[in-house]
Formats: sequence, C-alpha cells, structure tokens
Amino acid sequence: MVDITSLEKKFQERIDSEIKIEPKDWMPDAYRKTLIRQISQHAHSEIVGMLPEGNWITRAPSLRRKVALLAKIQDEAGHGLYLYSACETLGVEREDLIDQLHSGKAKYSSIFNYPSTTWADIGAIGWLVDGAAIMNQVMLCRTSYGPYSRAMVRICKEESFHQRQGYEILLTLSRGSEEQKAMLQDAVNRWWWPSLMMFGPNDKDSTHSAQSMKWKIKRKSNDELRQQFVDITVGQAKVLGITLPDPDLKWNEERGHYDFGEIDWEEFWNVVKGNGPCNRERMAARKKAAAEGQWVKDAAIAYAEKQRKRKTETSRVA
Amino acid sequence: MNQTLLNYILQIADNSLILGSRISEWCGHGPVLEQDIALTNIALDLIGQARSLFQYAAEVEGQGRTEDDLAYLRIAREYRNVLLVEQPNGHFGTTIARQFLFDAYHYPFYKALMNSKDETLAAIAEKSLKEVTYHLRFSSEWMIRLGDGTDESHEKVQNALYDLWPYTSELFVPSETDNSALEMGIGVDLSEVKNFWNEKVDEILKIATLEKPQDGWMQSGGKQGKHSEHLGFILAEMQYLQRTYPGQEW
Ligand SMILES: [Fe+2]
Ligand SMILES: [Fe+2]
Repeated sequence: MVDITSLEKKFQERIDSEIKIEPKDWMPDAYRKTLIRQISQHAHSEIVGMLPEGNWITRAPSLRRKVALLAKIQDEAGHGLYLYSACETLGVEREDLIDQLHSGKAKYSSIFNYPSTTWADIGAIGWLVDGAAIMNQVMLCRTSYGPYSRAMVRICKEESFHQRQGYEILLTLSRGSEEQKAMLQDAVNRWWWPSLMMFGPNDKDSTHSAQSMKWKIKRKSNDELRQQFVDITVGQAKVLGITLPDPDLKWNEERGHYDFGEIDWEEFWNVVKGNGPCNRERMAARKKAAAEGQWVKDAAIAYAEKQRKRKTETSRVA
Repeated sequence: MNQTLLNYILQIADNSLILGSRISEWCGHGPVLEQDIALTNIALDLIGQARSLFQYAAEVEGQGRTEDDLAYLRIAREYRNVLLVEQPNGHFGTTIARQFLFDAYHYPFYKALMNSKDETLAAIAEKSLKEVTYHLRFSSEWMIRLGDGTDESHEKVQNALYDLWPYTSELFVPSETDNSALEMGIGVDLSEVKNFWNEKVDEILKIATLEKPQDGWMQSGGKQGKHSEHLGFILAEMQYLQRTYPGQEW
C-alpha cells in the first residue's frame, strides 16, 4: 500500500530543493486544485482583459497605434491559450474551464471590470495593469509547477513589451496639448487604485497565501509585490509629470520604501462580487462570443468527422 | 506629381484599410480563441499593407501629408474602396464569405501587381502576396468547413454568399484610374484577375457543396467614392480622435 504521508513528504522535499513538479508526477490533490484554480483564473483574466482594450481598436488615433494595440491584444489571446494548455496538463478541459467562467464559478482579475473611456486609458492599462501583472508573473516564472512556470517565461517577455508600449503612449500624451495632459492625468487617477488592488487582499486577510508559499506556487506575498510595484512606479510617474492620486504616498527613509494610503477594500470586494462598473458587460460579451461561436465549432467538428469517414471509406475501397 | 499613380495607390490602400478595420472588430469576440487570433492576424496584415501604401502615396503626393493624414483626414466621398469590404461583419460565416470573395480577388491582383513598372508598388505587392496567400487559404478552408459542415452552417454561409454576391462584380469593373494605370504599365489587368477569381470561386464552392449565386443586378460605386451607409460609421469611429483634437501627436 502506498503511504500518502511519505508521498507528501517526498513531494515537499522536491519542492524545497527547487525541482519542478511535472504533469505525470504525484502531487497532493489540494496542490492540483490550487493550481487549476489559479492558472484558469489567470487564463480567464487574459481573455476578459482583451475587452477593455479591444474597445479602442476601431478608435485608435493613428495606424501605428492601431497595429500595436491589435498586436498587444492578440498577445493576450495567446497568453490565454498557453495558460489553458498549462491547465489542461492537470487533467481538466478548456471547455469546462470556460464554462466555469461563464457560470460565475471561476473568477478573473477584477481590474478588467473597470471601463476604458479615453485613449489615455490604453496607455494607463499598459503601464499600470500590465506593469502590476508583470510583478506577479516574474515571480511565477519560478513557480513550482513546470508547465505553469514555462508558460510564464514566454508570457513575461511579451508583458514587458506591453508595459513599455503603454508607457510610451502616456509619454507622448505628456508632451502633447493641455487636453492630452488632462486626459493622461484623468486616466491615471482612475486606474491607479484598481491597479494596486490587483495584488489581492492584504497578507493578513489572504486565505490561500500560506499554503501556496509553502508549495512555492507563489514566492512572494501580495503585500511584498504591491510594495515592489509602488516603489518602481513612483519614479516613472515623475517622468510623466503627473501626480498619483494618493495624498499619503511618500518616501519612507527608514523602511527604504514608499508608504502609501489604504486601499478601499469595500470597493475591492464589491467588484470581486460582481458589482464593478463593467462586470455584467464583460461576462455578457464573453458569453455572446461563445454562444455565437457554437455553430462554428459544431461545423468544424462535423466537417472533420465527414473527412475522417471519407478517408476510411477510400482506404477500404483501395 | 503623378495623379494616376497617387489615385491608384489610394484605391488599393483603401481596400486594405477598410477591410482591415472591419476584421479588427472581431478582436476579442471571435468564435474560439484560435480563430480570434487568426482573424486578428489578417487585420494586422491588411492594416500593415495599408500603412505601406499610404506612406508611399504621401511620398508620391509630395505635399507633406503623412500616412495618417491620408487614412484619417479624408471625407467618405474621397475613399475609393470597393463596397464589398465595407459590408458589416455579420456572423462568422458572413465574415468568411466576404473574406473569401475578396481574397480570391486580392491574391491574383497582387500577383499581377508584382509586374508593375512602378518598383515600389511591385515591392509592396510582393510582400503582401505572401500574406494574402495565407488569407486565401484560411478563408477557403473555412468556406469548405462551413459549407460542408452542419445543415445550419451550410445554410448560414450560403445565405451570406447570396447577400454579398451583388458586391462582387465591382471588383472587376475598371475605374478610370484602373484604366490609366494599366495604360501606363503600373496597373493590373482586371480581366485576368477575374479569370482567376472565377476559377477559384467555382473550385471552392464545389468542394464546399455551396451553390454559386446567379449574377443579377450588381452594386457599384465604391471606386468612384459613392459608398454604402456603412462607411460613414467606420470613419466616424476611426477618425474620432483625429477630428476631436486636430493636429495632435498620438
Ligand atoms: Fe497577458
Ligand atoms: Fe499584457
């Protein structure tokens, strides 16, 4: 009889000695479940995240910007694909994961429930949202599950490009007319706090954190990552000549970090629960695409099936 | 300045720009992720082609205008794209049918344009042909899958074909610009393009078990700047920022 405790002990030893866990390796059920939840949530975020930016493709102000934006959103679709594939190595189907998204059982990053209302939002999303995502994703390049870690390495390269592209949009606005500068400041005012919320609840309130750290799925805590993000971003905001909308934001010599104000957790939890400005629209758009795509999928399957039959018939004749 | 050359470039560029804009509306809304990515690729190729062409047009014009001035600051009446490319996306089958009907024209068009006496046009054609070869393969494969898929998909793509058919003959009716460009050796003989198109459409529709619609009354006017109601809305969105904040860098 296989002794579960000894398997678990060996598993933890592998993790402690930085050996990646691969799909065929034994793993605790809870580890598998945590990974499925986290990777699929991450995949859904990539896909839902296409919507607020997609909103500006037809209105992009120059052909160069239009092409860059299309390519960026296409990258996000690619990220979704890699992540769904990574998740499938854990024994779940993409279709089922997407059903969970549509039924509301699975979550996606709340940031995408905020509206993108001006062109400057496209810059702010690249700079702040992709920027915050990178903090998390760089850490995940070293996550203990092999397929997830490898997907992250590919994704990170593209994300840093997205961030630079977003920042460059804002830099152009910062050198533009008064109207453009106002557009820039307004977008940053709206996206700053939701970006900080992307790192999740404070460590003391985070339910999954401790076990995830022990399994090295996560390697830095929510608050550590959030602090790292703030520290990096403040300098970049200065170059843009904008103010970040937080009166408590100031350098703390003693800590060697920026102090910053308290996040509005009531807003955070409300958006998580579905009460954000665009939760309904985002889900409606995803469900509509799936429903309207069903006949296309059916047709592709029916055609492939006919082809297969034709082939076996010809080989029988021959 | 060579007015014929300029008009000819704009006519080609506008087709790519407007079809590229239409396809880009799919981004984030495709039937499955793989098709979302594939459609966005096509949009990227088409808008990329438009950029090369507008840059060249701006150079030929020599008035200091840029690619964006040409793409964003003309009025609807000045666009020279065919009516087919401005038709709405409809469902996936409509988009595929529109794409196929255009690709089957676009491919032989660029192939012939590679022989243009104008070296820049020939070079743009050569680069674009690689992209359009892939587009034609993609749209042909989907015509077949949808046509020979389920009853529902067959009916949907067949109806799309009927709806779009009246916009196909305009592709081959030479405008004044087409005729002058052909005379000057820079343009393409559309009758040759039409031969390829006919053969390709027959070939694919047959495999797809789809009926070729009868040639009835045909719509035209795009090449003369007489557009459908749809173009105005495409331009209204596209030009919104450029028109609201004139003369800014983005
Ligand atoms: Fe991404
Ligand atoms: Fe990104």
